Amino acid sequence: EVHVKEPIEKEVNPRLLPGELLLCEANTVYKYIQEDGSNRGTYGKLVCTNFKIAFLDDDSASDDNEPQFKNKIVGENDITLQCVDQIYGVYDEKKKLLTGQLRKYPEKLIIYCKDLRVFHFCLRYTKEEEVKRIVSGIVHHSQTPKLLKRLFLFSYASAAPNNTDGRNQTVMFDTLEDWRDELERTKGNVKYKAVTTNEGYRVSEKLPLYFVVPICVSEESILKHEGRGIPIWCWSCHNGAALLKMSAFPKEQDDSTSQMQKAFLDGIYKTVSKPPYELLKTDDLSSSLPSLQDIQTAYTRFKQLFLIDNSTDFWATDVKWFSLLESTNWLEIIRRVLKKAIEVAECLERQNTNVLLIEESATDLCCVISSLVQVMMDSYSRTKSGFQSLIQKEWVIGGHGFLDRCNHLHKSDKEEAPVFLLLLNCVWQLVQQYPPAFEFTETYLTVLSDSLYVPIFSTFFFNSQHQKDTNTSGESLKTQSGPFRFLTVWDWSVQFDPKAQAFLNNPLYAEKPKPDKSQRKTARFKHQRQLSLPLTQTKSSTKRGFFREETDHLIKNILGKRIGKFINSSDEPPNSFREFYDSWHSKPVDYHGLLLPRIDGPEIKVWAQRYLRWIPEAQLHGGGTIATAAKILDLMEEVQSLQVKMDEEHSQAISGDVHSVPMLRNSARLSSLFPFALLQRQSIKPALPTSTWKDLEDEDDLVKRDDEFVDLSVDVS
Amino acid sequence: MASSSTPKYNSNSLESSSSKRTLKDGTNWEQNEEIPRLPGETRVTDKDVIYMCPFNGPVKGRVYITNYRLYLRSVENDPVVVLNVPLGVISRIEKMGGASSRGENSYGLDITCKDMRNLRFALKQEGHSRRDIFEVLTKYAFPQSHNLLFFAFANEEKFSENGWMVYNPMSEYRRQGLPNERWRVTFINEHYGLCDTYPSLLVVPYNATDDDLKRVAAFRSRNRIPVLSWIHPETQAVIMRCSQPLVGMSGKRNKDDERYLDIIREANGQISKLTIYDARPNVNAVANKATGGGYEGEDAYPNAELFFLDIHNIHVMRESLKKLKDIVYPNVEESHWLSSLESTHWLEHIKLVLTGAIQVADKVSSGRSSVLVHCSDGWDRTAQLTSLAMLMLDSYYRTIEGFEVLVQKEWISFGHKFASRIGHGDKNHADADRSPIFLQFIDCVWQMSKQFPTAFEFNEQFLITILDHLYSCRFGTFLYNSESLREKEKVTDKTLSLWSLTNSEKSKYTNPFYTKELNRALYPVASMRHLELWVNYYIRWNPRIRQQQPNPVEQRYMELLALRDDYIRRLEELQITNNSKISNSSASSASPSQMMSQVQTHF
Repeated sequence: EVHVKEPIEKEVNPRLLPGELLLCEANTVYKYIQEDGSNRGTYGKLVCTNFKIAFLDDDSASDDNEPQFKNKIVGENDITLQCVDQIYGVYDEKKKLLTGQLRKYPEKLIIYCKDLRVFHFCLRYTKEEEVKRIVSGIVHHSQTPKLLKRLFLFSYASAAPNNTDGRNQTVMFDTLEDWRDELERTKGNVKYKAVTTNEGYRVSEKLPLYFVVPICVSEESILKHEGRGIPIWCWSCHNGAALLKMSAFPKEQDDSTSQMQKAFLDGIYKTVSKPPYELLKTDDLSSSLPSLQDIQTAYTRFKQLFLIDNSTDFWATDVKWFSLLESTNWLEIIRRVLKKAIEVAECLERQNTNVLLIEESATDLCCVISSLVQVMMDSYSRTKSGFQSLIQKEWVIGGHGFLDRCNHLHKSDKEEAPVFLLLLNCVWQLVQQYPPAFEFTETYLTVLSDSLYVPIFSTFFFNSQHQKDTNTSGESLKTQSGPFRFLTVWDWSVQFDPKAQAFLNNPLYAEKPKPDKSQRKTARFKHQRQLSLPLTQTKSSTKRGFFREETDHLIKNILGKRIGKFINSSDEPPNSFREFYDSWHSKPVDYHGLLLPRIDGPEIKVWAQRYLRWIPEAQLHGGGTIATAAKILDLMEEVQSLQVKMDEEHSQAISGDVHSVPMLRNSARLSSLFPFALLQRQSIKPALPTSTWKDLEDEDDLVKRDDEFVDLSVDVS
Repeated sequence: MASSSTPKYNSNSLESSSSKRTLKDGTNWEQNEEIPRLPGETRVTDKDVIYMCPFNGPVKGRVYITNYRLYLRSVENDPVVVLNVPLGVISRIEKMGGASSRGENSYGLDITCKDMRNLRFALKQEGHSRRDIFEVLTKYAFPQSHNLLFFAFANEEKFSENGWMVYNPMSEYRRQGLPNERWRVTFINEHYGLCDTYPSLLVVPYNATDDDLKRVAAFRSRNRIPVLSWIHPETQAVIMRCSQPLVGMSGKRNKDDERYLDIIREANGQISKLTIYDARPNVNAVANKATGGGYEGEDAYPNAELFFLDIHNIHVMRESLKKLKDIVYPNVEESHWLSSLESTHWLEHIKLVLTGAIQVADKVSSGRSSVLVHCSDGWDRTAQLTSLAMLMLDSYYRTIEGFEVLVQKEWISFGHKFASRIGHGDKNHADADRSPIFLQFIDCVWQMSKQFPTAFEFNEQFLITILDHLYSCRFGTFLYNSESLREKEKVTDKTLSLWSLTNSEKSKYTNPFYTKELNRALYPVASMRHLELWVNYYIRWNPRIRQQQPNPVEQRYMELLALRDDYIRRLEELQITNNSKISNSSASSASPSQMMSQVQTHF
């Protein structure tokens, strides 16, 4: 039976952002509620703008059910054009991928989104003309190649000049000052210098305006091969060992050219291997990690497991879930990347060796590994502003090609690879393994991943700083009220009101005890480098610093024996990794110190919040980690109100300023999909598997046996 | 008892080797002796051995054997390596190598344990050094095979609580509102004359006479007639349990049984059909006809609807656990963890048991229909299904005492054959009667508590403790196959209950996040997307797979709780001070902002 409500003819208009234009629309579109396989749903208008596809519910009176966690830019029935993954049309119950020109128009439209939402629109009750317009409009605007200047952020930026300074303590790394501060923070300034060689993009359009190189590297050598073959500094460890990256020379046919390049590299290595730099270990990521193609293939298979049409699909894939997961290879890639990051950390931390990551462009896997290593080793990168600064440094300014990797312009599928998502997936593993170590929550990571597809921020919509600069300075882009400026994603107030932003902050975060006020520097430079390992034991706490313990032990047991091998650091025995890993894991965790992910099979998990959040069958009513998180938030609120009361008692006066924590009403009944649950099930009917038991082929003889063989027929009189 | 190979990794073990924890646990650590001893525990022998630790390599140590445990203490390692294993967990002892074996540490003993680990000891080859230790171990690990008593009968521990008082069938039925005008308590089985594997006290339909019951018993396997397990406080629909009907190849019918099921259906005034859940796969139920069993056919029971729940038999479950052990002990399968896990089918079985229980619970709750659950004998799969469904429907069973009652009632009193399934004190390690049915049930409970972290009063440690003492034989709780046998052996007089231990130290087993919610049905999602391997139990011996202890989320919550209580106390003090000395309000001790620095909030 079909519970189709009568369509109500009512004029509903889409809420448009500045610079947003309505392109086409269709009425009496029926949107299914993907809940229980029934055909329940609502009528409404489907529109397509230059920013999004939106479904406007005719019956939009239900405003009393305002979700607590709402995105101000992208509503629950909005799909930004960049968020569309695939569009299918249904013709006579058959699904067909829609890409370019259409001959026939489908009766049903299925839109799969990059944030894993799935929308089913029935067009059977829509006028034919409107169907034609909306379907071809949606396919054209979301699936066909586009010019960069056609991205919504340009019309948005010119229509809504942004005068806010959305830095939020995030270091943008677009000035020389930022790099110098970073050098100072990490005490890397003894051996490394920030250079201005690339001003005017003299060296390369791929490199940022400012970057950091070893002091001994000359300007000429930087200029010589457009920055190739030059170790570029990422970060310095407390012991002075640095993490560097380098873009390699492309494979040359010409013998003399490659000879020249080899000589150049030898020269560079010699320069940076002399004191004070000492040992340098190189790691060619293109050979030691999966290729971008592997990553893309794995993710394409992986995400497919979560783009589920209906309940039947869900249960059909449930039976073979683990082998399906494994066959995608995505979790294995995460494991390998984490393992690589541990290896690098071991070199820096224990072997005191500089590590040079090599990759053709040094803007993909280099970014993943260098970011992960910093998240693991530098507790500043585990704060919100620290993490955002890290993303700026390694990815946005570092020159990761977001535009190409996300295929935002639909130019070439070949360039597409979810490299940044891979990083977020790896960081999530750490976040869930060590919740008190991060200032941000998994929800933060989830909305950050969603922001990849929201084209009002410049952050993820350029391939390089150069591309952004040249596209901002054009004549046509002047606005009336001053300089043209894009929004940055780090200004979270654009997407979320303060109440919703609270969900991005981790209540479990154990903030590092503040250092003495006298030691603090300027206000701007708030985050003094927080050493991953205390060099001097400041406190005799139970959470022992890793290094202190480790050094004694290591010097005695390991370094002493192996020191000879360090000269040839490349053939380090393989078990030194295992030893490092095991020894760290046998100690209590210092949440402000070095953090190593656990990488054994059972420890690598699926990021359930991101991937399962829209699937009603996966919903736990009143359960999930949110159940405990909500209790902690409730208790914190109580403690805070008690504190206010105490203050009042102390001052004997009533203070009006009460910090409020988001009230999680009836927290015990929150859905585990919270804060993302669109569809709060009203009924608490349990989800029942519909799939059948698969055969236990190999145990046939056991299956047929009875529990205990007793011939009961004998007993019966 | 459950100990780990090295003290530094023992975060997952129940009772650590440290004297402090051990003392708390009621163990008496004598100052001048090296090994912990329970009151009533006596030392038998000791010997120098090499413990072949699968994680840290050979460890030189001395092993002490008592009538309760095997205890090993390393002599050279720092920190000291300790093994503390109750003999009850030992499933099999094998000699490895012969007197002429070559190679280092190739001569000794290989011990297979019931709790997912093996122990290997190497001994000196000369002079039959292992003969006496082998004999002593065999004797005390398998007392049943040597005409000896279980340690539980020698245990002289004292606890502040008496666990035998936890379950009183009469008061549990009264809690459920029974007897009432439709259901009565019968003493027909007082001396186990009707059914020797059932408890003495049963709840049956008011309209069925004791004679009816006797006639029904003749048609049910091992006389396990349909009796009430639980009644829904609102719908009055009930969960009944029983064994299979003796239909046989010829398709026998029994008018009394048919009428009895109809009486059950009518007892809550329902017009719809009675729902029968046969836990077995359809084919197995059919196959049972050949040996005289079977299921309720449509012709004979027109007012009943029968569903098969496809849960496999005890042999399949045993094999599945064996495969699981293979991939987690001693090393965790590296390269293909997920497909290896899948190939054990362990979580798939968990999924099916949970799915079955959800169906039972949902039928009773939203379907408002009484259900009858059985498998073949009604003491394995049936116990799993009824107890899990009750756990979903009745929040009382999610408390510590409620859960103890549930285990005591649905498992112990209704004759789950613990002795046969676990093989307590029995040397016959290959006995086909052994099967991890109860472990599977506890795993299901753990899955539920994982999915609903605020719904259970007890924590993970409580479940692990239950499993540890399922094998330890330190308590009488899980000994023997039935209530009648336990009565014969005077278990409640001569042994202690496990619940004495847990209830004497409840705080250790309490989940701080527990939020009491009455009358709330709790349905887990029986999807592989949510089911997880219980790493803290199955892989707890592996130091590499280590969950942080204490759990940081829990720790944070406890800190906040303490802070709140502190604030409340200070606030009260302040109010008193302020009221008495209005003029001098600055006299209070510490400033609140100082306190607040510990709670760094972001709001």
